[in-house]
Amino acid sequence: MKYPKDGKFGEFGGKYIPETLVPAIEELEENYLKFKDNKDFKKELDYYLKQYAGRPTPLYYAKNLSEKCGGAKIYLKREDLLHGGAHKINNTLGQALLAKKMNKKRIIAETGAGQHGVATAMACAVLGMKSEVYMGYKDTIRQKLNVYRMNMLGSKVHPVKSGSKTLKDAINEAIRDWITNVESTYYLLGSAVGPHPYPVMVRDFQSVIGEEIKVQMKKISNKTPDIVIACVGGGSNAIGTFYPLVDTNAEIIGVEAAGKGLKSKYHSATLSAGSKGVLHGMMTYLLQDEEGQITETHSISACIFDVD
Amino acid sequence: MSRIKEKFAELVAKKEKALIAYIMVGYPNEKTTMTAIRGLIKGGTDIIELGFPFSDPLADGPVIQNASMISLDNGIKINRFFNIVKKIRKETDIPLVLMTYTNILYHKGYPKFIAESKKAGIDGFILPDMSIEESKEYLASAKNRADTIFLVSPNTTKSRIERIAKSSSGFLYLVAVYGTTGVKTGIQNYTIKAIKEVKKITKGKIPVGVGFGVSTPNDVKKYINAGADAVIVGSAFLKLIEKTPHNKLELDITAFTKSLKRQTVKK
Repeated sequence: MKYPKDGKFGEFGGKYIPETLVPAIEELEENYLKFKDNKDFKKELDYYLKQYAGRPTPLYYAKNLSEKCGGAKIYLKREDLLHGGAHKINNTLGQALLAKKMNKKRIIAETGAGQHGVATAMACAVLGMKSEVYMGYKDTIRQKLNVYRMNMLGSKVHPVKSGSKTLKDAINEAIRDWITNVESTYYLLGSAVGPHPYPVMVRDFQSVIGEEIKVQMKKISNKTPDIVIACVGGGSNAIGTFYPLVDTNAEIIGVEAAGKGLKSKYHSATLSAGSKGVLHGMMTYLLQDEEGQITETHSISACIFDVD
Repeated sequence: MSRIKEKFAELVAKKEKALIAYIMVGYPNEKTTMTAIRGLIKGGTDIIELGFPFSDPLADGPVIQNASMISLDNGIKINRFFNIVKKIRKETDIPLVLMTYTNILYHKGYPKFIAESKKAGIDGFILPDMSIEESKEYLASAKNRADTIFLVSPNTTKSRIERIAKSSSGFLYLVAVYGTTGVKTGIQNYTIKAIKEVKKITKGKIPVGVGFGVSTPNDVKKYINAGADAVIVGSAFLKLIEKTPHNKLELDITAFTKSLKRQTVKK
């Protein structure tokens, strides 16, 4: 896997962070480079991915859907069958294991609908680490069940009441915690966002999805897929699926949530309808107003009705 | 020479240190901002930092977060902000520093934003999420136009402090504590150590200002005694603005400012 030395993907990515976090980011990068190709580390991670998370996941031939659509043979990569019900655990196990090697005693994470929070709580539970999760206040109501699951797994959930009380504010609050407890704490980011090296780490830990697809597809049809489709929110499942297939002939399609339409203010299509900007430590596409203030995303991923 | 550099030169001649005050423009409204600024000047503030609100102020604590939200809700936009700066400039020649987040400048374009700021009367910038690694275009745009004030932290390495100091002009901002703005942790030994260390590394080539959680005359005294060239007080002023009725505001701000400024003057 390619490793961007300056943390840049073209003009994107980078490190736009408060100076207090620089030593933490440097320590993280140093350790990630040390462990990412380390045999024992990989073996240990592989063990947890198989025995705890339930890898490999099936590549399921959706016969009825394929017939109904009447075109391609459609296969579903069943990441939903993993422990916790989402692909998120691929990354949380990788990062939590790394944090353990770094002797970090406390893990913090952000979560939107709660999937990453649950996956963080699960990884920390199995590795015997303490975790605290920041979750937008609105989301704690919309996804109460996930709050229960995190609590049951031993994780403390902090409802975030600042800003729009959703994911972006949960990230802000997690970063504020990290600035305050920089020495003791590991910030476990779940999306392909944040300052370098987070996007690279998330990509690498999630690439197990695409790697498995390659092997499974080869077995099924002796070739790579013609088309790969993934939904794009924070981007972790998409990059994990796409990255190993980028150099094949596969056509790659990312699907963003259009909500009430790209012309309305109610969507979360940052790549299709956003513009370049700096937020959460990186240069990326953002939904923002004409002056560079970040606007709220709209998504039904956390719940189909709105909470005030 | 920039207004900020002139100010520090003037203070050195008077054997004084600088008191820098931060307020969020438009919090809770424009009229209050003007009144507060008059109070700050009467109280003897040396430099004023003007906060421009950002929707996601990740280096700020609850006080400035709240002020940002209210200021945005009050419709503070870039042009209105510049108009307020021009109004302030009609009344005073005090150095004015704009504190906001990178995206605000990036979105308009660094050269354009900096040129317009300069025209309105801004002398320098503080961007808490701008790292030196990403600062090339920002620095090129600000060169000979405005001072670029970078931040260092108590955990910043010596070689990094040297690099950051080279990119900084006006003064170097030392973050006093691990945390966001306005946190109250009391005077930490590591802060005192950091002030001495940063002063040693920078060898007097650039003034060092200490901010984050500085809120009382005693804080000011301790940091000045440790060797700081300036102290920055922010959240404490916003709290005072929040609780003081408008008709008493100018007097109360003047009195509080005087109590802080006194500690920067050698007796």
